[in-house]
Amino acid sequence: MVKRLAIIGLLSTTVMITAPAQAETLRILTWGSYAPEELVKKFEAIYPDITVEVTFSNNEEMVAKLRATDGAGFDLAQPSHDRIFAVQQEYNIYKPLDLSKINTGAMQAKLLEGVKANTTIDGEVYAVPHQWGTSGIMTNMELAPNIAAWGDLCDPEYKGKTSMRLRRTILLGMAFDMGEDPFAAYDDLAEYQIILDKVADKLIACKDNLKAYWSGGDDLSAMMLSGEIVASETWDSTAYKLYGENENIVFVPPKTGALAWIDTFALPRGGNADDAAYKWINFVLEPENVTIMSASTGAIAAVEGGIDLLPVDKKDAVNAAFSVDDINNLKFFANIPPGIEDMEGKTLEKIKAATGGQ
Amino acid sequence: MHSTAEYDLECDQVSKHFGSVRAVDDVSFVIPKGSFFSILGPSGCGKTTLMRMIAGFEQPSSGDIRIKGRSVISTPPNRRNVKMVFQHLALFPMMNVYENIAYGLRCSGASKDVIRAKVHDVLERISLPDVANREITQLSGGQKQRIAIARCMVLDPDVLLLDEPLGALDLKLREAMKIELKLLQHQFDTTFVYITHDQSEALVMSDHVAIMNGGKFVQIGTPQELYHKPAAAFVAGFVGHTNRWAGRVSRVESGEVEVATDGGLSLRGIVRGTVSPQVGDIVNAYVRPEFITAQRSAGHNPQADAGQNTIEGRVDSILFNGANSRVLVKNRAGELIEADVVLTGDEQDLKPKDEVILSWPVAQTLSFKD
Amino acid sequence: MQKDIKRLSFLLLFAPFALWITLLIILPHLGMLHISLREKVAPRVYEFGFGNYLNFFNEPIYWNTLLRTGSMSLLVTLLALILGFPIAYYIAKIAGRRARGALFLMCLIPLWVSDLIRAFGWILLMRETGVISNTLQWAGVINAPIEFLYNDATVIMGLVYTTILFMIVPLVSTLDGMDDAMIEAGYNLGGNGPTVLRRIIIPYAMPGIVSGCIVVFMLTAGSYLTPILLGGKNSSWFTEQIYDQFITRYNWEAGAAFGFVLLAFTSLVIWGGLKLTGQTLNTTVARS
Repeated sequence: MVKRLAIIGLLSTTVMITAPAQAETLRILTWGSYAPEELVKKFEAIYPDITVEVTFSNNEEMVAKLRATDGAGFDLAQPSHDRIFAVQQEYNIYKPLDLSKINTGAMQAKLLEGVKANTTIDGEVYAVPHQWGTSGIMTNMELAPNIAAWGDLCDPEYKGKTSMRLRRTILLGMAFDMGEDPFAAYDDLAEYQIILDKVADKLIACKDNLKAYWSGGDDLSAMMLSGEIVASETWDSTAYKLYGENENIVFVPPKTGALAWIDTFALPRGGNADDAAYKWINFVLEPENVTIMSASTGAIAAVEGGIDLLPVDKKDAVNAAFSVDDINNLKFFANIPPGIEDMEGKTLEKIKAATGGQ
Repeated sequence: MHSTAEYDLECDQVSKHFGSVRAVDDVSFVIPKGSFFSILGPSGCGKTTLMRMIAGFEQPSSGDIRIKGRSVISTPPNRRNVKMVFQHLALFPMMNVYENIAYGLRCSGASKDVIRAKVHDVLERISLPDVANREITQLSGGQKQRIAIARCMVLDPDVLLLDEPLGALDLKLREAMKIELKLLQHQFDTTFVYITHDQSEALVMSDHVAIMNGGKFVQIGTPQELYHKPAAAFVAGFVGHTNRWAGRVSRVESGEVEVATDGGLSLRGIVRGTVSPQVGDIVNAYVRPEFITAQRSAGHNPQADAGQNTIEGRVDSILFNGANSRVLVKNRAGELIEADVVLTGDEQDLKPKDEVILSWPVAQTLSFKD
Repeated sequence: MQKDIKRLSFLLLFAPFALWITLLIILPHLGMLHISLREKVAPRVYEFGFGNYLNFFNEPIYWNTLLRTGSMSLLVTLLALILGFPIAYYIAKIAGRRARGALFLMCLIPLWVSDLIRAFGWILLMRETGVISNTLQWAGVINAPIEFLYNDATVIMGLVYTTILFMIVPLVSTLDGMDDAMIEAGYNLGGNGPTVLRRIIIPYAMPGIVSGCIVVFMLTAGSYLTPILLGGKNSSWFTEQIYDQFITRYNWEAGAAFGFVLLAFTSLVIWGGLKLTGQTLNTTVARS
C-alpha cells in the first residue's frame, strides 16, 4: 500500500500529462527514431480520431517505466525480444496479444516464429517482431583495415583508438570471441559465471587500449567521424549512418557472428487503446511505410523482403557489410533468464571499477 | 612648518580630490599632545574624508600628514599608530568582548599573559570589569561605545579618531556619553580627534574645534572663541543659535556700521570678518538670542540708548524649555526674532500678543561682509 | 470567530507546504525504505530483511565507489570555495552597485542552460579534436592533439563549474551584510591582509561558507550527468551505481538501499562539517 501511494506521488505529474484526452490517444513507448514524424502524420490522417503520443526510451528504461506503474501509462511498447519473457514473469507488465488482429502474414516467418517461441507464456503470445538489426564492429577502413573480430578492439596496434559501450553486448561478443557460447550457458548460472569472469579479465586488460566507453550514438559518432577512434563496438544502424558521411566507415560483422536483436511490439498491461495499437502495428508493416521507417531507424523491418524495402543507400551499406554467410552466422540474443542481469551487472561494475587498465 | 614631536598630529596643506570635486582643500592644522580636538561641519563638508586620510584609508592628493613628527603618508593603515572608533563602532560580532579587545594586541604579537593583563586593565579603566566574556549582542549601546574605545586604547595609540560615534545613541545616553568621553580622554591622556556635525557635542567636549565647510577649515579655536568671536559669517551662523538680518551698510564709523535691513530696520553693529564693509555693501548681522532682552512696552515709547539697538514687536509664541526658554517676537516687518526670557511662572511672564520692546548691545551685533 | 478565521488562514497557508512535503518527499521515501528492506527470494516473492544493505557493505566495489564519490565531492566543494570566495568578495565588496547586478547575472547565465547542454559544451571544448586542443596546436604549444576529456580532473572541473554558483550566492549575501567598516577596523587595529581575512572576513562569512559548502557537496554527491559524460573509463560515480541498479539490473531493492546509504553518508558528512565549524543548520542554510 505504502509503495502504491509512493508511486502515485512520484508519478502523479507523469500520469496527468499522459492521461487520455477526449479522442483516443495512442501512447507509444519506443526507441528514438522509431516513430518518424512523417509516419505519425500519415497515421493520424488515416485515423483522425486517434492522436499519437510518442515517448522515446531504451530497453531498460521501458521496463523500468512500465514496472513503476504496473504496466500503465502506455498503450504500445517496443522492447527487444529478449526483454519480454523473464520481465513478464517477474513483473507482469504486458498483456497477451490477439494475433488475429495483427497482419502476421506480412511478417517474415522465421523471425515471427523465433519471437513467438521466445515470448510465449502459458500458451499466450506476448510479442511480435517489428525490426531487427545487429550489433558488431564498425571500423574506419583507411585507418584500421584489419579489424574483423570482437577481440581486435583490444589489439595494441590501435591503442587508445578504440571504443565500446560498457553494456551486456560486449560481454557476449567477447565471450563468443573467446570461443564460448554464452547463450548455451544461460541454463547453468555457475558455468555462465565462469565465462563472465574470463570475459571480465579480458576486458579489464583491454581497458588500456580504449579511448573511452561510449554511452550514446551521438558521442560515438562524434569520436568516429573526428578520427579520435578508428574502431568501435556499435549498432549496425549507427555505422550505416556514418557510412553516409564517410565511406571509409563500414560495419563489420565479427567473424564469430554479429549479435542480432529484434525489437518487438508488445502491449503494456495497463494500456487502454489496444485497437489503436493494433492499427499502428499493421500500419507500419505496410511496405511503403516500412521504407519510411527504415530510413529513420536504419534497421531492417521483420517483413518478407525486409532488406529490399530499405532505402537505397542503406541497402547498399547492408549488402556491403553482410554476405550470405554472415546472415546465416547471426547470433540472436537469447531470452534473459532471471539472475543473469544481476550477474552481468556485477561483472560490468567490476570492469568499470578496475584500475588495471591505467 | 612644525615638525617637532610636541604635536601628536599635524596636517600640512592636505588636499583630496575626487575627480573635479575637492573634498578636502588645502587643510593645515596641528593638534598639541593630549588635547581633545573636534572637527565640526555640516554633512558633506569633507570631514570624514579628512579623517580617513589620517587613518590611512585614503591617500591625500597632496600635502603631508605627520604623527608625532613623522610623516605617515607612505605608511599603510595597519602600521599607523592612529586608532579609530567608527560611526557604527564596527565591533566584531563573531568575537566576544575579550576577543574584540585582544584582537589588536594579537596582531602586534603580544604574549598571552600580556594580552590578558592589558585587556583586564583597560576593562577596569572603562569601568566594565565583568563583561569580558559577554557577546557583543548582549551589550547596551553605551557599553558598546566604551568597548569600542577600549579596543583602540588598549593599543596605546598616538591619536584616537572618533567618527560621530554618538550618532546612533538616544538623546539621554548621548548627553551622558559626552561627559564620559571627556573623562575618558583625560584618563587616557591621549589626543582625541572627534568628528561631528553636532555642535553641542563639539562645544561641550573639545579643547579646540575646527569648523569645516566646503573642504576647508573656516576657523580653529576654543569653543568660546568660536561662539563669541566667530571669524566668518559661516561660523556665526553655524555655531549656536542666532538671529540674522541681511541689509546694506548705510554708515561706517570706526569699526561700527549702520545697517539698513531688507525689512526696513536700522541696526548698528560692530564689524567682524576679514573684509571691512563700505557704504552700500551687503552685510549680514548676527545677534544671539541670549543678548536680546524683551520688555513689555507698557504704552511708552522706547528711549534709544547709545550702546543699544531697539525694535518694537509683538510676542508671537513662547518656546518654553525651562531655563532655556525663548520668545518668538514678530516685528513690524513681519520678521521673527528669537530672544531668551526668564519664565518664572507668575503673572509677570510674557504672553503671546504682548507688545514688547527688544533691545541688545551694539557690541553683540556682529556684522559680516560676505 | 476571529480565532477560527485565524486558524483557517493558517491551515490554508500551511496546506501546500504540508502536501508538498508529504506527497513528494515523505511518502516516496517511505516507499523507498519499504522497498529497500525487502529481499527478493524468487520472482514476485519477497522477504523482509537487511540483505540489500549487507550487500552494499560486503561488496568493496560499492563502498569504494561511495568513498570515491565522497572524497571527490569534498574536493569539488573545497575548490568551489577557494575559487568562489574571491569572486563573491569582489561582487559584494569591490564592484560598484551597478556592476554588481551585472556580475550576479553573469554568474546566473550558466544556469539558464540545462546540465546536459553544459556538459556537452565542455565536451566540445575539451575533446581531442576540440577547441582547446586545436588552439594549443595552432599556437604551437603542443605538437600533437591532447585529450582533456575522460579523466577525473575533467570531472572535477566540470562539477566545480556547474556548482560554483551555489557557493557564490550565499557568500555574496553574507559578505554583503558585512559593514565595510568592519574590514577597515581590522586593518586599523593593526591587522595585515592575511590576518584580516583569517580573523575577520572568514569568521564573519562562516555561515555563508558552510551553507554554500553544504549545497555544493549535496549537489555534487548527487549529480549524475556530469560525472557520466565527462568521466573516464575508471571513473564510476555512486549515483550511476544507483541508476544501474534501478534501470539496467531491474534491482529496485538494491537501488533503494543504495539511495538510503547515499542519504546517510551525505548527512553524516554534513553533520561532521557543522560540528567541525561550530555552526548549526539554523545559523547557515536557514539564514542565507
